[in-house]
Amino acid sequence: MSDGAGGRDEDGRDEGVRGARRIPGPRAAADDFAEPGPVPQPPEPAGAHAQAEPEAERAPRPAPDPAPPVLVLPHRVLQALLGAWALAACSAEETAAVEAHLTECAPCADEALRLRDAVGLLHTDRSLDLDPLLRSRVLENCLGRRPAKIPVPDWAAPYDAETARLDALLRDIGAAEWHAPVRLQWFEGEREAGRRTTVAGVIGHLMTVDGLVGAALGLDDPLSGAPLSPAARTESYWSATRVPPTRAVHEPWREQSHTLIRTVSFAGRGVEELSVSYGDFALPLQDALLDRAFECWVHAGDIAKAVDYPYEPPSAGHLHRMIDLAVRMLPAALAVRRRSGLAGPARQLVAAGSPGRSLHLEIEGSGGGDWYVALDSPAALGSAEHTVAQVALDGVEFCRLVAGHVPPVEAAAGQRGDREAIRDVLFAAASLSRL
Amino acid sequence: MAKNAPPRWDRKMQQRLSRGEAAALGEMYDRFAALVHSQAHRMLDDEAAADLVTREVFGHVWENPDAYDPKQGSMRAWVTRLTHLESVRRLRRGADEDRDDPDDPEGPDGLEERVRRATVAARADYIASSMPAPLRAALELAYVRRRDYRQTAADLGVTEDEARRRLRLGLQLLSTARTRPPEGGPPPGYGRAL
Repeated sequence: MSDGAGGRDEDGRDEGVRGARRIPGPRAAADDFAEPGPVPQPPEPAGAHAQAEPEAERAPRPAPDPAPPVLVLPHRVLQALLGAWALAACSAEETAAVEAHLTECAPCADEALRLRDAVGLLHTDRSLDLDPLLRSRVLENCLGRRPAKIPVPDWAAPYDAETARLDALLRDIGAAEWHAPVRLQWFEGEREAGRRTTVAGVIGHLMTVDGLVGAALGLDDPLSGAPLSPAARTESYWSATRVPPTRAVHEPWREQSHTLIRTVSFAGRGVEELSVSYGDFALPLQDALLDRAFECWVHAGDIAKAVDYPYEPPSAGHLHRMIDLAVRMLPAALAVRRRSGLAGPARQLVAAGSPGRSLHLEIEGSGGGDWYVALDSPAALGSAEHTVAQVALDGVEFCRLVAGHVPPVEAAAGQRGDREAIRDVLFAAASLSRL
Repeated sequence: MAKNAPPRWDRKMQQRLSRGEAAALGEMYDRFAALVHSQAHRMLDDEAAADLVTREVFGHVWENPDAYDPKQGSMRAWVTRLTHLESVRRLRRGADEDRDDPDDPEGPDGLEERVRRATVAARADYIASSMPAPLRAALELAYVRRRDYRQTAADLGVTEDEARRRLRLGLQLLSTARTRPPEGGPPPGYGRAL
């Protein structure tokens, strides 16, 4: 017991009870009960006390079978048992001993009633989780009533929303669940890769990679000097901690995400174009933060699966932006694979900025839309007129593909046209995944 | 987390809200929304009504950050009080609307009784969520997970004596929810160190 207030409180209370007379006396009305209550019975469901009736009128209970031998315990011990008794958390023998004592000790009987009544104030329905969509509704209402002088930039909204959703999930899980095993999955080259960690390890991973964005903004990097590539960075974080990460990582992760949101709110115009380096590549800040929102959702999904919680996809508007970011990164990913001989050769090179051979990506469902992916060069423009293939895919499924959570060969629901183009785009999408 | 934040956090938050910083509003929501919503839900027993109370409470906080007086208590206590006031207002308004209904089973006394019960329930929640973590953990094991005190002791890695002590002390704290005047007196937990 480290809390001073708790200790004080108890001491004060105990003095009062210890000093009470031991001799049974006339019972005072307990609390707000109108009549002197009956001898407390073992705890019943909340509200049972309302039906208090004179003992004589109570239907006789069948005797416990066999009756436990009544323990004889000193007052001090019995008094200490009152809380456990009220919660039905002691043995049958102790229960009988406490109840026998209550017939002859008024202070204990009073306290017993009070504590049993307090049990009725506890309740189990903590599972009434807050609707994650309530946050945006409440904040929107506030900002409608009083516009913000320092708004959160619209491009930071997905990151704000996703970190808040993950935070809510983390608050709901128990201490033990922070150590639940999580298998992270992604694609490397042509095959699935994976890494085992725990819920706390995943939060550490999110925090270290978010730190890249913070570093670009001039914030203190929790891992200064660490490599920039997300995977190497995470490995160096995981290996630097001597003990496995625990729920203690929750607060620093949350504080860092709050600080990021606050910093970009104050940063002023133009900051969205600030370059954030990931080692091998760089993204403008607004895309980097969107990418972090995406990763936050994907890993929140991994965590939710590990601890058996439901977890919904982002709102349609945010999902749409995440899909759009992935699609924008596809031509460059294709080019990388082509250079390594993993994708078919370019068929038709066009002048930079001109429309080239394209794949029509038709994303269905929430956050969906139509995108045209330039197939032969990142410099070409995707174009509906130059479509040589079409792929239809659910939005969440596309994101799972991009996250490396479904193999490319299983991803597309509908495919039409140039098979090589389809294969190359699906594999390029999976190659966007990483630790 | 999200328990009694240091007074510095409270003052800083108030300043940021006054300045009109939307990010501060988000942080405020993240810290207190679960408290506000569950308290409103406990008082009104209605999900949609609890959503509306949450909206009103944060709307009020955002529009009137200067109404918070750090000398009167923590921001957490202030938000709790606002939630209580808004929930009671909603209970009464609901009752006013029912008054035209000849089948309304509860008269004004019934309403007062509901307000009183709701207030006690909300205060109990507040006490439960603000009590020292070791006490709360013990109560949760015994009540929610139906562990007896010996198992509770083992789960918490404390002696059986200590487990009994925590269960009793936790319930003693909770029982104070009933001992204060439901209305007119100080609002739930406000200005009081728990």
